[in-house]
Amino acid sequence: MDHVQLAKGLLLADPWTIPPDPQQAPDQAAEYNQQVTRFCTDLCNLHNQNPNQLLQILIRIQYRFGWVPYAAQSILSNDLKIAIGEIRAVIAFYSFLSSEFQGRYRILLSSNITDYMLGLDNVITACQTHLKLSPGTVREDFKCSLELTSCTGLCDQGPAGLINGYPIKHLDEHRICELAQLVDAGTPFNQWPEEWFEIDCGIKQSGTLLNTHIQPGNAISKWLDKEPETFLEEMKQSGLRGRGGAGFNTYEKLWAACRNASGDQHYVVCNADEGEPGTFKDRVLLQNHFQQVIEGMTLAAWVVGAKQGFVYLRAEYAFLLDQLNQQLERYRQKGWLGKAIGGCLDFDIQIHMGAGAYVCGEESALIESLEGKRGIPRVRPPFPVECGYLQQPTLVNNVETFACVTAIAMAGAEQFAQCGTVKSSGSKIHSISGDCSRPGVYEWPWGISIREVLHQCGGENAAAVQIGGPAGILLPKSQFDRTLAFEDLPTGGSLMVFGNHRSPIDIVSNFAQFFAHESCGFCAPCRVGCRQMQHFCQQLQDRQIGSSDLESMKTLIPLMTQLSHCGLGKTAPLAIQALFEHWPELIKEAETTTDGLSFDLQKAVADTIAATELQP
Amino acid sequence: MSQVLTIDGKDLAFDSGDTLFDVAQAQGIYIPHLCHHPDYPPQGNCKLCTVDVDGQSKCACTTQAETGMSVQTDSTTLTEYRRALTELLFSEGNHHCPGCERSGNCQLQATAYAQGMTYSSFKLLNPQRQIDASHPSVLLDRDRCILCGLCVRASAQEGKHIFTIAGRGSDSTLAVNSDSGLLADTNLSAEDRATQVCPVGALMVKQQGFRIPIGQRIYDQGTIDDLGNRRPQYHSPKSKTARIAGDSDD
Ligand SMILES: Cc1cc2nc3c(=O)[nH]c(=O)nc-3n(C[C@H](O)[C@H](O)[C@H](O)COP(=O)(O)O)c2cc1C
Ligand code: SF4
Ligand code: SF4
Ligand code: FES
Repeated sequence: MDHVQLAKGLLLADPWTIPPDPQQAPDQAAEYNQQVTRFCTDLCNLHNQNPNQLLQILIRIQYRFGWVPYAAQSILSNDLKIAIGEIRAVIAFYSFLSSEFQGRYRILLSSNITDYMLGLDNVITACQTHLKLSPGTVREDFKCSLELTSCTGLCDQGPAGLINGYPIKHLDEHRICELAQLVDAGTPFNQWPEEWFEIDCGIKQSGTLLNTHIQPGNAISKWLDKEPETFLEEMKQSGLRGRGGAGFNTYEKLWAACRNASGDQHYVVCNADEGEPGTFKDRVLLQNHFQQVIEGMTLAAWVVGAKQGFVYLRAEYAFLLDQLNQQLERYRQKGWLGKAIGGCLDFDIQIHMGAGAYVCGEESALIESLEGKRGIPRVRPPFPVECGYLQQPTLVNNVETFACVTAIAMAGAEQFAQCGTVKSSGSKIHSISGDCSRPGVYEWPWGISIREVLHQCGGENAAAVQIGGPAGILLPKSQFDRTLAFEDLPTGGSLMVFGNHRSPIDIVSNFAQFFAHESCGFCAPCRVGCRQMQHFCQQLQDRQIGSSDLESMKTLIPLMTQLSHCGLGKTAPLAIQALFEHWPELIKEAETTTDGLSFDLQKAVADTIAATELQP
Repeated sequence: MSQVLTIDGKDLAFDSGDTLFDVAQAQGIYIPHLCHHPDYPPQGNCKLCTVDVDGQSKCACTTQAETGMSVQTDSTTLTEYRRALTELLFSEGNHHCPGCERSGNCQLQATAYAQGMTYSSFKLLNPQRQIDASHPSVLLDRDRCILCGLCVRASAQEGKHIFTIAGRGSDSTLAVNSDSGLLADTNLSAEDRATQVCPVGALMVKQQGFRIPIGQRIYDQGTIDDLGNRRPQYHSPKSKTARIAGDSDD
């Protein structure tokens, strides 16, 4: 089966083996431990005992055994010279790593709001019925486990999930019922129906980027015989701005700054973390247009003076790893990666895996993660362009940004900037999901209005749209004449459509859940603030809002946006803020009408009793 | 000292490399802080030291001083934020001050008083984290840990690397670097700065109890704004009179 072959890099065809019990089966347990030991020792050798490779080694162990066994932890501690506590600290940070066995089949259900809108609740019920599994549990026979996970980047094909890393789409009760039989029988994945795993690119509208298909070397060869300055000038003329969300001027903030920064080495990093819920356009670029990304990175390396590049690929896209590595190998064989590219440039690209952490899309957290650590955003300044990977100047750009670079290299800045608006040149790829008849991937010039977007994707009945994911803007119908452009509504490419029948409170609650799950926990405003927002949303759902809750929320929103350490905490309260702004009547309705008399003492002190184990 | 900025309207000279916190401290201007100690590299995780720099909120302990900056260390908004931050920290842990040995010597409690916090308007999250009482002379009560990371940095500087922060988000916890994960299996001592640097009642030397009665404790004598961030002097667990050298204040 093709996809299994393609994915052989990380994903196994067989389900994981249940670790034998050392008491009941000492021989098998010893054999299992030996397997683990051999595998880990080989891995550490392969990575030259480099402690920066810790995360890469851990994710390989996780995908090989279904967990990171204790034996593995102590070998890594020995071989990489990292204290065992630090190794556990890293395992506990990343959602996809676990220090307990997660069953032969680990089922992760994508829990974005769009998955719920497509029937995730029914899927969860079906799991309870047919798999005897509730979210957050491992079945007693260790055959399977079930977890909710943040958006897996398949919102146009949801409810979606991952099984042992294989993406699975269009889940429903029927599919779960069939799946339960395969799980019970321990069927290897190459005997599962192939179509379950076929991931559509879902391209509904192409433009400059999606219509281009290049042959290796097409873009690079046009430039390498010139001076890097000439291409830098071309970049400047193009007016290109980052496609990852923040929209920095790529030439000024990144390329020129990185080129001018001094350091022993420079690095180029492609941010393929694509963690913003509702975004799946980078997946499509990686699936169909990776060559453009490779060449964009190579041109960047040439300009800033880098020899090494990384693609930081989110764990959810592990199924693409082998395919991407094959393309890199093809480039090496043809002489477009490696030594003396075009006779003048040494540059190669490695793919580094993420392990399930949204915050690792933030560029400085990404760099920490590349260095094998927990993904905690750094203090900035200094910015990565001056002091990034291994403290060296590092250029981090989004997947699509690099594809744009190739477009500029091929057609020239003038052609590139012909479409779009004054401050937003070129076209933008959008991932559209939710209540519309044609969800999928669309490429339009910047400056398109929401109304037009909705017309094209069949979302005319929308009551609200979320632009740029949960970290972005929740826009009510009254503002649909606004446009997608850095001048008005900036976006990294997620657009979720909500019909009239959807409750803004449900939407905002889902986002609050997401942020509470994904906050890195480093800084107090976000770590605790996200939990409090989650609690506030629960109160909204329960219609239990008191006036002091409103007051504290009104302090918390600006506190988080201004005091948080990174963009995650700064943007996390925006959806609740939008609720206050555009749907105040819903909050009003959720205010509790009960007076002090109906106060339930038992309920109010239940948590305290549980925590202190004291009975009143 | 050739460069100048203003803090609270005063022109102040500074050296390059100084943070805003350094400049203020040298002038005796107190900026509330919990996760910073001048002996250790700043991290910027509690955000209490947030000040206003030309209209923008910046963390004083991690922001480099620059010529021409105009810094405001206090305002009604900043006080409101700081009060809310202490409320958040209280809501996150189990800070039952009346029953806590650290009461009166605790920088979180003192900061809360100084910022005018009277109760937490946020939902109390009542965590149930593991207590580590395995060590003969040091207790770790994680339910009071504010994840400031000072013990982590202090222990690293002492060359012991006993502590680390593990996990993510509100599941983050202070972890101990031993195979068992217990303090008993480390070479931590009560004299270590890592033990003593803790601003709250999370890491405490055992057998201190109420040797210094309530009423005679650090912040019974004055506010944290006036006295600064101080740490208690510990008695040696072995003797009634001997004292363990207390950690430096800041
Ligand atoms: C919490 C957080 C998550 C982010 N996730 C991503 C991501 O998944 N992909 C991405 O390209 N940029 C992401 N970013 C933005 C990056 O920090 C950075 O700005 C971007 O990679 C720069 O590339 P660009 O200029 O080409 O957009 C994220 C930022 C934050 C604060
Ligand atoms: S804002 Fe949130 S994600 Fe960012 S550093 Fe703080 S806790 Fe971590
Ligand atoms: S134990 Fe104390 S010093 Fe260590 S992180 Fe927790 S609060 Fe900070
Ligand atoms: S003292 Fe500066 S952030 Fe904690």
